Amino acid sequence: MTKEHANWSPYDNNGGTCVAIAGADYCVIAADTRMSTGYSILTRDYSKICKLADKSFMASSGFQADVKALQKVLSSRHLIYQHQHNKQMSCPAMAQLLSNTLYYKRFFPYYAFNVLGGLDSEGKGCVFTYDAVGSYERVGYSAQGSGATLITPFLDNQLKSPSPLLLPAKDAVTPLSEAEAVDLVKTCFSSATERDIYTGDSVEIIILNANGVRRETEQLRRD
Amino acid sequence: MFRNQYDTDVTTWSPAGRLFQVEYAMEAVKQGSAAIGLRSKTHVVLACVNKANSELSSHQKKIFKVDDHIGVAIAGLTADGRVLSRYMRSECINYGYTYESPLPVGRLVVQLADKAQVCTQRSWKRPYGVGLLVAGLDESGAHLYYNCPSGNYFEYQAFAIGSRSQAAKTYLERKFEKFTESSRDDLVKDALFAIRETLQGEKLTSAVCTIAVVGVGEAFNILDQKTVQALINEFEISGEEAPADESAPEQSGGAAPDQSGAAAEEEAAPMDI
Repeated sequence: MTKEHANWSPYDNNGGTCVAIAGADYCVIAADTRMSTGYSILTRDYSKICKLADKSFMASSGFQADVKALQKVLSSRHLIYQHQHNKQMSCPAMAQLLSNTLYYKRFFPYYAFNVLGGLDSEGKGCVFTYDAVGSYERVGYSAQGSGATLITPFLDNQLKSPSPLLLPAKDAVTPLSEAEAVDLVKTCFSSATERDIYTGDSVEIIILNANGVRRETEQLRRD
Repeated sequence: MFRNQYDTDVTTWSPAGRLFQVEYAMEAVKQGSAAIGLRSKTHVVLACVNKANSELSSHQKKIFKVDDHIGVAIAGLTADGRVLSRYMRSECINYGYTYESPLPVGRLVVQLADKAQVCTQRSWKRPYGVGLLVAGLDESGAHLYYNCPSGNYFEYQAFAIGSRSQAAKTYLERKFEKFTESSRDDLVKDALFAIRETLQGEKLTSAVCTIAVVGVGEAFNILDQKTVQALINEFEISGEEAPADESAPEQSGGAAPDQSGAAAEEEAAPMDI
């Protein structure tokens, strides 16, 4: 007796890839701008990156309706925080809030694969990577989404810190300069676009540092 | 005459058809330190006097940002004011979440008024003891409203509440006609003059007052002490007196009964032009 399965799913996957890299005094957050469903493209010009606070940007791939809802919930919670504390949320605080918000819907999750990037209270770059139900970790770099499996091994090769067991101890944060990191991100996306059908059109890159926020766009293959 | 017999409960009418508990709540507003609001076509300015309990303590916060486009100044029981501000903030956030647009000020004050009315018709509640000057900007322009503990609300060109507010009201009544076309800076200056009237001789410094502005292209923000002191110095040093009109009814204005035993209603104030 086989169980009858639903003909309808509340979820859809709109594809796309997100990447973030933390530097000594900057953070790069990037996502492609293609939104798809099945084998079709819905639009070539959709931003997956959301500014949650002055120093926190979240890039999310997965089901964009859930992503939009998640962004709205976090923005509202940030407003409440500002009213109560008279200041912006720090990136680590936002990271915890995102984790709690995701776990809150543990039994009907947000189909969102998030990567949170920003500057911590010391001005150093920080990147937090999540699964759909809120498990998170602070890392030096991360990729999520359909192209993640293609990008992560490349970033490991370029950025991965040597084992923490080694002496002398080495910093987890990448030694790359800001310009080098932006270039690396562009390379990642060009490569992922080649082999992942859900990634392409263009990549939106946000660079966060002590001077403020900068936004760059780079065209990618549209096939 | 029968005041003491019918004033125990908020749900008891007096033979004259009044609810004394509500009127007593409005008295509480008059005991608080002064708060003033003025409005032009594009900006609204809120100002309040900072009164501290003693030299050793800090003063209570009387001006609250509710949203980018709305702010409120309170007079009376500041704890009640804080709670109502939290309610207003929550309403703005929820409206913004649902409609992705700012809550129109007129809607917010109605919700606030209805909330106050509930407390005038429940035997287990008491009216809020705080008057709120709500300043906001929406599609229909700049607005200034006054919300009473009674659940009434009125829109004003300019208004003052709290202790010694009559002096400020007199000043505002002289000047209000030119407020619509006033520039932002002139409006702030008039607010400072109005505050000075309530101080009755005490020296006006930025430590004694707080000013906040909201307007077209300017999100609600409280001016910092340095800016305010600089503005005060500007007109103090120039020895500028609040420009008086010929028929200055200073005397009659000052004697206007703030505490008439009978009607605790607001005197008719300049309405929307």
